[in-house]
Amino acid sequence: MNHWIIAPVLLPALIAAVIILAARYQVALQRVFSVASTLGLLGISTGLLIESMSGRIGVYELGNWPAPFGIVLVLDRLSATMITLTSALAVAVVLYAIGSGWDKRGHHFHALFQFQLMGILGAFLTGDAFNLFVFFEVLLIASYGLMIHGGGAVRLRAGVQYVLYNLLGSTLFLFALGTIYAVTGTLNMADLALRVAELPADDTAMIRVAAILLLLVFAVKAALIPLHFWLPATYAEAPAPIAALFAVMTKIGAYAIIRMYTLVFGPDVMVTADIIGPWLMPAAIVTLVIGMVGVLGATHLGRLAAFAAVGSMGTLLIAVALFTPQATTAALYYMIHSTLAGAALFLVVDMVRARRQSEDDAIASRPAIAQNGLIAAYFFATAIAMAGMPPLSGFLGKLLVMDAVRAHDLVWVIWAAILIGSLIAVVGFARAGSMVFWKVETQPEDATPDAGPGTPPAALPFVATGSLVAGIVALTVFAGPVTAFLSDTSAQIFDRQSYIAAVMETPRAIEAENLPLEGTKK
Amino acid sequence: MSLILIAALPFLGALLPGLMIRSGRTACAWATASVTLTALIGLLVHAPAVMRGEVIQYQLEWMPLLGLNANFFLDGLGLLFAGLILGIGLLIIIYARFYLSRQDPMGQFYTYLLLFQGAMVGIVLSDNVLMLLIFWELTSLSSFLLIGYWKHLPEGRQGARMALAVTGMGGLALIGGMLILGNIVGSYDLTVILQNKELIQASPLYLPALILILLGCFTKSAQFPFHFWLPHAMAAPTPVSAYLHSATMVKAGLFLMARLWPVLAGTPEWFYIVATTGLITMVLGAVIALFKDDLKALLAFSTVSHLGLITMLLGFGTPFAAVVAVFHIINHATFKAALFMSAGIVDHETHTRDIKRLGGLRHLMPVTFTIVMVAGLSMAGIPLFNGFLSKEMMLDAATEAAWNGNHWLVPALATLGALFSVAYSFRLIVHTFLGPKRDDYPAKPHDPGFGMWAPPALLAVLVVLIGIMPALMVGPLVATASGAVIGGDLPYYSLKIWHGVNAALFMSIAAVVGGLVLLAMHRPLDAAWIRARRPEAKAIFDALMRAVTGAANALTDGLHNGAMTRYAAVFTLAVIAAGSAAWFGGTNPAPAREALAIGPVPLIGWILLMVATVCMVAYHRNRLLSLVLMGIVGLIVSVAFAYMSAPDLALTQISVEVVTIILLLLALNFLPKHSPVESSNARRFRDGTIAVLGGLAVGGLSLAMLLSDFSQESISAFHLANSKPGGGGTNVVNVILVDFRGFDTFGEIIVLGIAALVIFAMTESVLGSPVGAWLKQRPINPLEAGDRHPLMMVVATRVMMPIALMVGVFIFLRGHNEPGGGFIAGLIVAIALVMQYMASGFDWATARQRYPYHMIIALGVFAAAFTGIGSWFADRPFLTSNYGYFQIPPMGEFELATAMAFDVGVFLCVVGAVMLGLESLSRFAHRAGDRPSPYPMDIDPSRDLPQEAKDA
Repeated sequence: MNHWIIAPVLLPALIAAVIILAARYQVALQRVFSVASTLGLLGISTGLLIESMSGRIGVYELGNWPAPFGIVLVLDRLSATMITLTSALAVAVVLYAIGSGWDKRGHHFHALFQFQLMGILGAFLTGDAFNLFVFFEVLLIASYGLMIHGGGAVRLRAGVQYVLYNLLGSTLFLFALGTIYAVTGTLNMADLALRVAELPADDTAMIRVAAILLLLVFAVKAALIPLHFWLPATYAEAPAPIAALFAVMTKIGAYAIIRMYTLVFGPDVMVTADIIGPWLMPAAIVTLVIGMVGVLGATHLGRLAAFAAVGSMGTLLIAVALFTPQATTAALYYMIHSTLAGAALFLVVDMVRARRQSEDDAIASRPAIAQNGLIAAYFFATAIAMAGMPPLSGFLGKLLVMDAVRAHDLVWVIWAAILIGSLIAVVGFARAGSMVFWKVETQPEDATPDAGPGTPPAALPFVATGSLVAGIVALTVFAGPVTAFLSDTSAQIFDRQSYIAAVMETPRAIEAENLPLEGTKK
Repeated sequence: MSLILIAALPFLGALLPGLMIRSGRTACAWATASVTLTALIGLLVHAPAVMRGEVIQYQLEWMPLLGLNANFFLDGLGLLFAGLILGIGLLIIIYARFYLSRQDPMGQFYTYLLLFQGAMVGIVLSDNVLMLLIFWELTSLSSFLLIGYWKHLPEGRQGARMALAVTGMGGLALIGGMLILGNIVGSYDLTVILQNKELIQASPLYLPALILILLGCFTKSAQFPFHFWLPHAMAAPTPVSAYLHSATMVKAGLFLMARLWPVLAGTPEWFYIVATTGLITMVLGAVIALFKDDLKALLAFSTVSHLGLITMLLGFGTPFAAVVAVFHIINHATFKAALFMSAGIVDHETHTRDIKRLGGLRHLMPVTFTIVMVAGLSMAGIPLFNGFLSKEMMLDAATEAAWNGNHWLVPALATLGALFSVAYSFRLIVHTFLGPKRDDYPAKPHDPGFGMWAPPALLAVLVVLIGIMPALMVGPLVATASGAVIGGDLPYYSLKIWHGVNAALFMSIAAVVGGLVLLAMHRPLDAAWIRARRPEAKAIFDALMRAVTGAANALTDGLHNGAMTRYAAVFTLAVIAAGSAAWFGGTNPAPAREALAIGPVPLIGWILLMVATVCMVAYHRNRLLSLVLMGIVGLIVSVAFAYMSAPDLALTQISVEVVTIILLLLALNFLPKHSPVESSNARRFRDGTIAVLGGLAVGGLSLAMLLSDFSQESISAFHLANSKPGGGGTNVVNVILVDFRGFDTFGEIIVLGIAALVIFAMTESVLGSPVGAWLKQRPINPLEAGDRHPLMMVVATRVMMPIALMVGVFIFLRGHNEPGGGFIAGLIVAIALVMQYMASGFDWATARQRYPYHMIIALGVFAAAFTGIGSWFADRPFLTSNYGYFQIPPMGEFELATAMAFDVGVFLCVVGAVMLGLESLSRFAHRAGDRPSPYPMDIDPSRDLPQEAKDA
């Protein structure tokens, strides 16, 4: 029996419990546990990724109950990719948080961080719609704790908005699940796929509502306009390492859309085909434009990075909204890219904040910061990536997306949005970079040069950020093998039958139970 | 050397200067130069083969899915450009070594320069248009860094941003164009594209592709109306201007037009767009150049003009014009780079580039003068210098061109351009070097060291050699390169000085004479020019940028103004709109079920619910009252659960209600008692309407659900059937919670635990902030009860404590078969404990609490997780339950299930989370100076009795 599939959920949960049990007040010990757990997760998910490459879909039936009656975890190429991406990001983030001292600014950083990982990884692995809701709750409440980590009036206010808005989303999720259950009588995704396909033709209104409500739930997570309002303030005010981790939170929304709207409400399900892609696409285009305009209009680096994240979600969702294998490949590639680049950008922003007076991140002329050159180089690289300029993966991802939308009716609009959006972002980033890193205030003669606040020369933040940048470079250099794998992934995503077969026909761990006591299950 | 290595060398070598600068500036320069030299040698090794007409190729798969491959090829055109880039690059590197001062970070400079060089070489060697795009944008990015190199200068920063914005825009247009081109042909490989002229020109997408590609070329090559960025890019150090803005980068646009000439040229669209733009640019640039006083600005506009000239030649679309274009590219690169470097020398030595402050340098800087004179005369198109040859041929080509049937327009304008060209070239020479020596130079001028004048001198020598012996010097190169541009047989042409008496000669003479006349009249013309109102490109661009940025800012901040009510309103409206559109787009069959008749009990409950809700809306500003009303709603919901035969839910709901109300009461203690009115009536009406709409939508959806049936049998039938045989419990709800869907519960108890941790962490951070200090110092409200721990309550809760715990245990144990379970039990026990806190005070209760609540939460998670992991040892998946019946003599048969251990985890998590939340909130209550009471109750009659009464 292979239990590795559940390890990404259990390991962080147990480590978090250990931390709150035994290391509540010992930051050093928390760090050891947290880093060990995160590295362990990276190892496990890499192993699972390699396993998924075989093309076999792994199914883990919790409680040994067969689908659809119990909960299943499903490991396919898509979920394996997502968990590997998450744990790789988590390693960089946790190292940065330690190096920058962020984890010491409040209580329970590492415990919440591990719980957060548990929630994210669980959401990627589950094959059950209600269980997805549960993991959404786990990651939401943990992210709320992390978001307000360190406190401060502005951050708390942003945090309240974040959690309120997402509770609205959770409520909607419940409505959607209730409706889905009321129509189909099941919650297992594979079973849903079977049942939705067999719905009577005259009973479509309710399932359409359910499909669209669920889409809106995921759209909230994915920051799709007009449901993105929670994002800018949250990302800008959250502790930067957490904002960096949140780079993968929006991707959960995108992931869930890909999963549910290929498997359950796929493009060939006539009942809902006219309301998913066709509605998602224009919203995605607007999201892209609003995000990029925000990059240009931002007056603070934090908001700039936040809007860059919104814009990249727009590009990503454009690719998602096509629901074709080719476009999904592009979406997945872009997803990996935008996660790494978005996270790196937030870390760079934090490096600037840490070196300025009172963590100020205004896009304005200030006294030169320590290590200006190196940080500027990082900013340059991440800005290039986020804006989708060559030679980094943002450009390749953008090309893939543009290539994939060729046959779409809105191809000219999309191309124009992507290209003009990039231009706006380039101008915005150039403006911000030259203001922050080039146009430095000259210090008055009498000011002591080292009067600046906390200028930690610690190497760890640079290493952490550098590893993300290295990830972007690797994604660029190895674009060939990566896209080859991702196109296998999207082929598997669109091969609904094998997913359904794998989940619904998995042989029980022990078919005939020979327990001494009659605990035999059907 | 393989082509990819030639392109990659500068990139790899870009690391060197940054490191080598530590061993000195000269070492740094040598390291940089050796990189370029190696690449140049690698290139030249291929030269003989290319000259023979071979095409060198190199292919490497990068992203086959997209058709993006690292394919390179080297033909005549590539060789010409790569040679120019690397050759002039080498000279620039040497020159820059002496140009840069000690204060300038030279390592950075060379790094950027090599990055740029690599990008340029990449453009000209790419055999894949997507690769070409990558290198193309890289030149924009590296030139951004180079222009902004002197980052302390505002002109540098602004020039860099302007250049990036304009060329970046062109680059993005180019992406669109190239994708369309690839779409038409079905391949992104240049060699394939170049063979599909008919296909491309017949495509309906030809014009869009052409326009987008040309946008890229025109912005890069500073063609009208995008020419304005180039002069501002001159804020860069002069080596950069000489390299990027005269010899190489600005020629990238020309290169691309030449590269795609075989497939794009030859149509009327091509002619009218390209030739016209080139013509306008040529004349306009030349006119402006004449009136620029800054040496570099003059050269910049002259470059614009010459780029226009070459564009125009390419636009003509005739093979002969293409040959002339190629020839002029060579000539322009030689004389213009020399002139830029000389301008840099003048600036370096006299500390000014203002022509009006110069003059008479002839004797002070004889070497520089010679170089400028040679290159300047070439630029003017004077015989014996190479500029003359290509200018003659250009005029010759121009006489062939008819613009909309008009045969004299193009030649006339071309002559006019040449005329101004003569004028500004002579102005450059005359006003800077001739005339009387002045005594007010900002610095004492003298010729620079050898290292600085050698590179331009070398170019000047080339200018003369090509001018005298064109066929010998560059004949084969021009032939090979033009052959690559034309992609077919070369037309008849001859590279020689004397072509006989023809139209071009007369035009040329006219240009020289006219130019000299113009120069003579420069003073009054200049005065008129200064008086004239001209559109200032920079001002327009800056205003545009400010407007765009301002608009972006207004839109962004206006849209995201931080008002939660607005966000929620948009959310609700979006959901309602999308939901109803989805609903009305589908069909809804007749209700499958009959609505039940409403009995008296539900009716009363319903009325209570309605009244409470309406009162809530009316009185929500009184927070205590709204809490009471919420309690009513919660109670009715619990009753409804009980009425509808869901005792588990009812029990859970009611205990959750109790706990939340207590926690909310605690929180209310620190909040204002009333919510202030924060929005206008209109706003509240709007929000109310939206809320009603939302309520109606949810109500409607719920009604539809209640009246419909499952389309297929629901999974709950399985749960009912297997609860006892499979899960060992008759209470299906509990078996679902701890077994069928135990994993959900596992997640949910963790949610509870996290919530408690968050409350704790937040409390800590708030108490550590100024708010915490304020809370500690807040005055005591005189209305607060004096008797904080009343005797009756203390006694009552103590009596109730064991009973409540007993009930908790009972509820827990019966859970698997009867309504109850760990969750409810946890809440009951938590309530029992909370009561102790309420009655006897926080300090008293805490002193008797031996296990920290953090620990209880953690233990709960452990209990649940390890119960699940336990099944691994039986080789079952996580959370597989098992149960058995055991005989315990006095009690009879007894069932033990692993699910019970899991339920213990649930129980612990609930208790721990509720109590930690309570504990955290209570900490707010501490005031400075509070002393924990030593007694469990404030008033204790036994304390007041005399001692003997106690003894008795």
